[in-house]
Amino acid sequence: MTAFLNSTRAELLRLRRWSAIWVIIGAGQALTLSFGYVFNYVAYKTGDDNFAEDGATSAQLLAELMPSAIPDVIISGLPMFGGALAMVVGALVAGNGFGWGTWKTVFTQGPSRVAAVGGSLAAVTVLVFAMMSATLVLCTGVSVAIAATEGQTIAMPVLSDLAASFGAGFLVLEMWALLGFLVGVLAKGPALAVGLGLVWSLVVENLLRGVGGLLSGVESVTDALPGTAGGSLAGAIVGGPNGTPGVLDAISGERALLTVAAYVLVAGGAALVVMRRRDLA
Amino acid sequence: MKELVVETDGLTKRYGERLAVDRVSMTVERGEVYGFLGPNGAGKTTTLRMMLGLIRPTAGSASVLGRPAGRPEVTARIGALIEGPGFYPYLNGRDNLRTMARYQGLPNAEVDRVLEMVDLADRAKDAFKGYSLGMKQRLGVACAMLGSPDLLVLDEPTNGLDPAGMADMRALVVALAEAGQTVILSSHILAEVQEICDRVGVINQGRLLRESTVAELRGAATLRIRATPEDTALAVLMRMAGDEGVRRVGNESLEVDLPASAAPEVVRQLVSRSVDVHQVTVAERSLEDAFFEMTGTTSTEQELVS
Repeated sequence: MTAFLNSTRAELLRLRRWSAIWVIIGAGQALTLSFGYVFNYVAYKTGDDNFAEDGATSAQLLAELMPSAIPDVIISGLPMFGGALAMVVGALVAGNGFGWGTWKTVFTQGPSRVAAVGGSLAAVTVLVFAMMSATLVLCTGVSVAIAATEGQTIAMPVLSDLAASFGAGFLVLEMWALLGFLVGVLAKGPALAVGLGLVWSLVVENLLRGVGGLLSGVESVTDALPGTAGGSLAGAIVGGPNGTPGVLDAISGERALLTVAAYVLVAGGAALVVMRRRDLA
Repeated sequence: MKELVVETDGLTKRYGERLAVDRVSMTVERGEVYGFLGPNGAGKTTTLRMMLGLIRPTAGSASVLGRPAGRPEVTARIGALIEGPGFYPYLNGRDNLRTMARYQGLPNAEVDRVLEMVDLADRAKDAFKGYSLGMKQRLGVACAMLGSPDLLVLDEPTNGLDPAGMADMRALVVALAEAGQTVILSSHILAEVQEICDRVGVINQGRLLRESTVAELRGAATLRIRATPEDTALAVLMRMAGDEGVRRVGNESLEVDLPASAAPEVVRQLVSRSVDVHQVTVAERSLEDAFFEMTGTTSTEQELVS
């Protein structure tokens, strides 16, 4: 246990001094701000139809910008860009250690491989939690500011809704981050892992879901894929597809939750097993 | 009976058809500097990786500090620099070491201690990616020394260093050895091993050819004599050193298997037979000669630097 905690502290030290990590977290915040608030607010003020809100009324647009809508906003972007960014984080953290030779150095420090890799996974989990928390803080600040500017009463969301959305969002990001970690371990490098991971999460799953609409055999496969599970979990929180790409209702919220949780456990476990046995040449 | 820090028994690593390490059985005693000598690709690094548990042997076993190699409690007591330093390029030197110190549960003060030892304290705030090769190697050695390990494994620590850097690195190893540190130093540079190691294991094509002290490996000193007429000189010398004890070296020199202390008597005998003695020198066999004799190769075939 001491070795695991030591490893987690070590990994957190080197991750928080890594500018690439901060760039990715910053990009996530910028995207949430843009798609969650800026575009909708501009559409509301100018009266133009927003591309994602075809035919939406002014009142509907404003409602989505209010603090009460925070639970929807913090999770809507996660199936698309949030997941992709989390995957990049996981792939970078695990994959770079091979080219840099840092896994080799870490494995000669003393902690067992399970403790060292477990510490790295724990540090990634802390990062994911930080990403989610930053999004929550950002959304709260921006929506309160908009409500105040527009002279609306500031009504905070119900705490249980917020907690459910935060937890679901955390799980979706964690799933993608650990899948990225696993692919980084399997590919022994970040480039292939990031490339293949993004093509998979952004392109292949969407194509398969398109095919799945025509062939029922394919559909049973796509229903088990991480993108479908993450999208459906987000969909269950926001109450069905809301026009944001990636937010789905392909499977039930309960099944989506179980699938996402299973991916988290399997990806983390597989990374541990592979690294424990591997020859580091 | 000296305490064994490392003991390997028939250690073997096979990659597909290729035997990288073939039944290596070696021992390292406490307090010695053990030179692991061989050309590039001989299997040195692979053997050391197995000792550290980074790779699994195909057959055989390695025990370090009395326990099976690769156990966390064993690895914690070894400091290693294997096949070049592996650090986070975006972190500065000090943060890199602090990260590794946290893995070991060591305080930051320990980082400052080892940075002083390798003379990197004033560059510790610079990013690792901006370091010269020599500074990277020194940081690697500093990392290996974190927590004062019982065994220091340095795999080609002078690789890529300029002559001054090499000299500094050797001085550091010598200083550590004088303080009683057990060191395994792998190298393809014979002069380096000859200079700083107590015992040597010679490895070539995966096989441990010999394990002995440097002095034993080099053998006794010989005398080189240039004298005319050569025929008479040869006869006199053969009477003194035996038929097998005299060889012709180059055009006009004779090499005789006699110690330096025999030089006056040799000259006396030659002169008494009216032989003109032009030159007598004591020739010490270098480790290089011994090495090439063992591996049956010449320096042009091997990537060896003396």
